[in-house]
Parts: sequence; structure tokens; C-alpha cells
Amino acid sequence: MSSEQPRQQIYDSTAPSTDTRDSRIGEGADDRFNSKLREAFGSTPFILTKFDKFMNWVRGNSMFMLQFGIACCSIEMMHTYAIKHDLDRFGAGVPRASPRQADVMIVPGTIVSKFGPRMKRVYDQMPEPKFVVGMGSCTISGGPFQEGYNVVKGAEEIIPIDIHVPGCPPRPEALVYGIAKLQERIRNGESTPVVVKPYELEEFGELPKDELVQTLADDIDEEDLVMRYNWADSP
Amino acid sequence: MSTGLEREPSVAVTEDELEALVGDRALARDDHLNAPGFVIRPDAVQDVLTDLRDEAGFDHLANLTAQQYADRYESIYHLRKYADPTQEVSIVVPTTTDDPVSQTAEPVFRTADWHEREAFDLVGIDYEGHPDPRRILLPETWQGHPLSEGYDQEKPQLVTLTEHANPVQPDHHDDESDTMFLNIGPHHPATHGVLHIETVLDGETVVDVDPDIGYLHRCEEQMCQQGTYRHQIMPYPDRWDYVSAGLLNEWAYARTAEDLADIDVPEYAQIIRTMGAELCRIASHMLALATFALDVYGDFTAIFQYGMRDREVVQDILEDLTGQRLMFNYFRLGGVAWDLPDPREEFIEKTRDFLDGLPAKVDEYHDLLTANEIFQVRTHDTGILEPEVAKQYGCTGPVARGSGIDYDIRRDDPYGYYDNLEWDVVTEDGCDNYSRVLVRMQEVEESAKIIEQCLDLLEDWPEDERTVQSNVPRTLKPDADTEIYRSVEGAKGELGIYIRSDGTDKPGRFKIRSPCFHNLSALPEMSEGEYIPDLIASLGSLDIVLGEVDR
Ligand code: SF4
Repeated sequence: MSSEQPRQQIYDSTAPSTDTRDSRIGEGADDRFNSKLREAFGSTPFILTKFDKFMNWVRGNSMFMLQFGIACCSIEMMHTYAIKHDLDRFGAGVPRASPRQADVMIVPGTIVSKFGPRMKRVYDQMPEPKFVVGMGSCTISGGPFQEGYNVVKGAEEIIPIDIHVPGCPPRPEALVYGIAKLQERIRNGESTPVVVKPYELEEFGELPKDELVQTLADDIDEEDLVMRYNWADSP
Repeated sequence: MSTGLEREPSVAVTEDELEALVGDRALARDDHLNAPGFVIRPDAVQDVLTDLRDEAGFDHLANLTAQQYADRYESIYHLRKYADPTQEVSIVVPTTTDDPVSQTAEPVFRTADWHEREAFDLVGIDYEGHPDPRRILLPETWQGHPLSEGYDQEKPQLVTLTEHANPVQPDHHDDESDTMFLNIGPHHPATHGVLHIETVLDGETVVDVDPDIGYLHRCEEQMCQQGTYRHQIMPYPDRWDYVSAGLLNEWAYARTAEDLADIDVPEYAQIIRTMGAELCRIASHMLALATFALDVYGDFTAIFQYGMRDREVVQDILEDLTGQRLMFNYFRLGGVAWDLPDPREEFIEKTRDFLDGLPAKVDEYHDLLTANEIFQVRTHDTGILEPEVAKQYGCTGPVARGSGIDYDIRRDDPYGYYDNLEWDVVTEDGCDNYSRVLVRMQEVEESAKIIEQCLDLLEDWPEDERTVQSNVPRTLKPDADTEIYRSVEGAKGELGIYIRSDGTDKPGRFKIRSPCFHNLSALPEMSEGEYIPDLIASLGSLDIVLGEVDR
């Protein structure tokens, strides 16, 4: 049948498709939407649970990731999202481009001084509750570039991290495992302990007037946000 | 074999002619292993470079290395020819420690713009007459120059998070034209990583583009200068161009260090290297295609996933060969780490299977991508990069070949096993985004041809001649003050390394010539005056990797 003559009505038997459907859902009334869970509940459609518990369960099973690529690890992160590993299977779906729509941020790579404040800003823009997965050795300690003059020694210096996935780069399986662990924690309502982060965005005017601040006093406005890196105290 | 026979042989310049050309502007000779070197005065830079370009045909400023010695600063301009990259010359410009000022080369080679900014940023040499003397990799507020002597890494630093001002606003303030400033990145899905593009728009037209890089400056050169030649440097190249191009990058280091320390590589290892490197090129070009579709269509679901699917197969093969999916660390100085995995037949068959399936897949990509009308409308005649402009910016790789520049280090400055194999260099004359995509797709097929031939050779190689490594001394200490610049054809273009040895087992200066750095610097030429969606397409077609741009 050619597309020039669109079909106006059904003129053959619909039996074949009915047969297929029947063989798929089996005999009797259509119970496609009646899951095993429903069976377990018995006749009542109501369940009793704590609201918080329910919310955590929902949160853990529907995570929106932030599309956030930094360095080498982001290649493996892309593979985790894509065919074969398909993170979507675990309810941690297609990445969102805007931080305002995301609840989980995977930090896939090395953080350097210039990027630190930007990453903090992106993190701040995500709505609560938000979770962070640190991917790769770089986000743990600076990884292979730990001794670099420009490298932040771990993402935890700037934002709190819930799950660390070690590796350089971690295999996609490892990242999937890390995310599954995060889901488990969210479901159980575990939260990350509050850690003191050494590097914060501060107003330039509020910094103690040490030598560095005085040198830069002419170049930076009092109200400008700055991040101060104390390389000597870094681990 | 395709070793330059198709092209006009360029007129070779002998050393005597060079000497005569530079004349008494040369204060001394400072030859490098790869090229004759002339020391000149800091105020003769433009003069000498112009003569070399116009009269001797050195039209490619491949690299600029800046470094500090105990008693002086030095900028080295590495020149070569697009027509024949084996013809090289180095121009060495020393300046004093107290007043490191040298004339800029920017009017002669546009690419010197970014290079000199980098040299100022990391080493601290001032270039007189430079149009835009800002830092490039480190934040504006950084104190000190990290690769200069006596830099204290422990000192605190401040980095600001400020809004950027509209650089064109003052002269576009009248009523009829109203410009808008737009930040693209550093966190943006279309920038392929952490690139920040400061864009000024007039309506939808781009009037000013300024790529702001350095959000992934991981001190690669410092890391390499801290490592010993034999084993500690090799893992780092994997992380420059991390889009699975690992082996190609490792080869850049292997080639440079082997030539520096005079190490032979067994033929058998060269074949394995060639095969591995081309597998990497396929993986890398697949990602370029996939992300380009993502940029042009915003298509995360179809073509992107197709690209990923095929990359998975390549990565599997590479994992069998090297033991890792992405960061291979498989090359050793003098060979490779180990032979093909056991059982060999299985590995060879697996790779052959992949190659057999490849033509069908390439057809599929052509159906999805290049034959698609929307795609053609988006990419034809957008992002034009004329060959002359491309040469000014030192563009290489698929970007140059998409502008009709017939330049491929694999053929023109042969290494490995390439000149014993049958394959062709792909060029397209369109100079637009479309041509660059076409070049990559055809290069995938050429790479497949190379791998096929390598597999045949490997299969029949006599069992007792399978040497994967030559004898290399445990500690390598090349003679002090030997200098060398060597390059290979990476996935993105000419990937070069300059090493100066200082007599110890670690390099005195290690400088990376990154193809993406040059290619990206041509972005303003390609996109100013075009629409903003074309800017994104142009950026995608350059196929940059920030790890390599920023190093
Ligand atoms: S952990 Fe390794 S692979 Fe990941 S970003 Fe760091 S260097 Fe790259």
C-alpha cells in the first residue's frame, strides 16, 4: 500500500494483532498494569509508609544527572550513559544540560584553579536536595597531577562529595556501581556529613589583608567574589 | 605507497643557503638534533622570520618554546614547511634575565599570538608589540610565572569569579546597532569540556569571539619535567588528548625520546604500534562524529549512540591489546610493553571482524549524517577556513586537510611502519564544516586499510622474531644540552614535543606542541560574521579536546 493513498478504514481482519496481544498478556482480563507488587498488596490498593521514606525511595529511583564534562573521565562517563552500559536502566537517566534541572552532579575530572570557582557556582545553582559523585583519582586527590602548581587537590576542597569512585579513569562498571551505591544511600536516607571546605567563594573585601590581597587591591573590586587557594596547606 | 609522490617536490634549502639568508643577523649557531638553529638578536625576530617565510618557504610556525636558563631566557621558534615538514629550522632568541623583552612574531605568523601569550604566562618573557599581552592559561590574577626559575608553588593565589564586560560595547553604542555579550561556557554542553567563549552578538550574528582557555591547565609540562625518561613520562601523554587517542600521543613522546637518546625500535614493535595507533584514530574520529551530531542536531539519542556503540568495540580491542580502555600506557621507549594477547588468532580475528563490519557502518553514518539535508544546510559553506589563513594559524590534521592543505606527518615525515604500507592522505577542498567531517569519515576508512595490512603482517611474522622491545638502559641520561623537536600525526594534527636534556635522567624542558591549541585559535576567523549556530558547528568541526588545548 502506497503512502499516496492513506488508509481510511480497517478493512482486513484485526485478528492477527489481537492474537499477538493475547499471547503476550495471557488469558483472561488484561492485567498489564498489575505488577507483582500489586499481588503482594492483596486486594487493598493502599499502602502505609512514612512520607520521608517514600520520598527517599522516589528520589533514589529517579535521578537527573547534570551534563558536566571536565576531563578524561568524562569520556568514560559518556560511555556509561551510552549504549552497552546504559545508566538509564538504573533510574539515573539522560543528563540535563542545566544545573537547575539536575539533582546529581558527577565530577569527572581534574579541577584546576581557574575552574574551581565556576564549579562551585554550578553546584550552587542546583536545587536541593543535591548529590555529588566524584569520579576518578583527580577528584579524590588531584590524581596524577597532584603535584601541579595549578591543580586543586581533590574536588572535596570545594564542594561536598557523597561518593568517590576511584580509578584513572574508573571503568563504566565502576561508575555504575558508584551510582547504585549513591541510590542506596539516598533510599536509606543517609546524608553526607557536613565537612569544612577549605576553599569558599568570598567577597574580596572580606579577606584578611595579607600580602597577596594588598598586591591585588587595585585590580579587584571589593564586592567581587574570589576563591583563595592556600597551596601550602593542601594535602 | 604514498610518500609524497603525488605532490610537487618543494625546493629544498640547503644549510649554506640558510646561513646566507640569515646572514650576519645570526649571532651564533645553536643546532638542534632535528634542525639547524640560529641565534638572533631579540629585535630582529620579525625581520628574520619574514625572510625565512617569504624567501625560503618556511610557512609553518610549528611551535614556540620558551624557557629560562640560569643566565638568560630563550624563545625558540620552530619553523618548517607545509610542503615538506622534514625541512626545519630553529630560530633561537635569547633575552637577558633582568629585562626579558623580545620582539613579537605575531605580524609574521598569526599563531605566534597565542604562543607568546603562553610563553609570557608560564615563563615570563615579554613580547614587545604583541597586540594582546594577557595571560592565557592561568587566571588574570595569578602571581608569578610557574615555569620560571625560583617560582614558589606554595604561595597562595586568588581567582576571581567576575562578570565579563562587553569588549565591543563602547563603539557599538549608537541606536542602530545594539550588541549583546554572551558567555558560552565554561560549563556548557556544546563546548566539549571546559572551554569558555566570550561572544559578542549583533542580533544573531557573531561580531566578536574570544576563546578563553585554561580551565583544564593541568601542568602537563611540569609533570613531564619531573618524571624520568624511561617510565615516568609515558603515562602522561595519554591524558593530553584523552579521546582514546592515547597511543597516538604516546608515540609522540616515544618518537622524540627515542631520537633524543638514539634508541632503535624493532620492526615488529613498529607494526604493533602502527596498528594500535590507527585503532585509536578510528575511536577518536568516531567520537568527533558523534559529538558533532550532538552539536548540530542536539541529538543525544541516535547518532551519538551509534558513535558510542562503535567506539565500544574499538575500546574492547584496545583493552585486549593494552590492558586498559582509555589510558593505555602501552608504549615503552624502544618498543611496546608486550606482544599481542594470547591466543593471537582470536585477537586478530576479533579485529578483522570489526574491520569487516566497518564499511557498512560508515555507510550508515553517511546515510544519517552527510546525506541528510538538514545537516548539509547546516554545514555547507559555514565556518570557512581558507588554506592561507589555516597556515597562518598553524592548523594541521583534519582541519588543515579539510581546507585542501595536503599535509600529513605520517607520510611527509615518515615514522613507524607507515611508509611500507598502502594508504592515502585524504584532503577536501571545501574549507567548510562539511569538508572537515568528510575528511574524518574517509580517514576512518584509510585507518582501517592500514590496520588490515598490519594484521596480515603480524599474522605471518615468524615466531622467533617477535621482539617487542629493544635493549634500553635502565636510566637514560642523554647528553646535556641536546635539543630536539619531533612530531607525529595525532588524531587532531601535528602533535610535537620539544625536549632539552640537561644531563640528568629528567628533561630540562619539555614542551608540548598541541594541534588543538592551534586549531582552536583559528575559531574567530571561522565564525565572525556568521550566525551563532554556525559558531557552535564550527567549534564542533574543529574537534578540540581541552586536555590538549590547555595541557
Ligand atoms: S582520574 Fe585520570 S582519567 Fe580521570 S580525569 Fe583524572 S587523570 Fe583523567
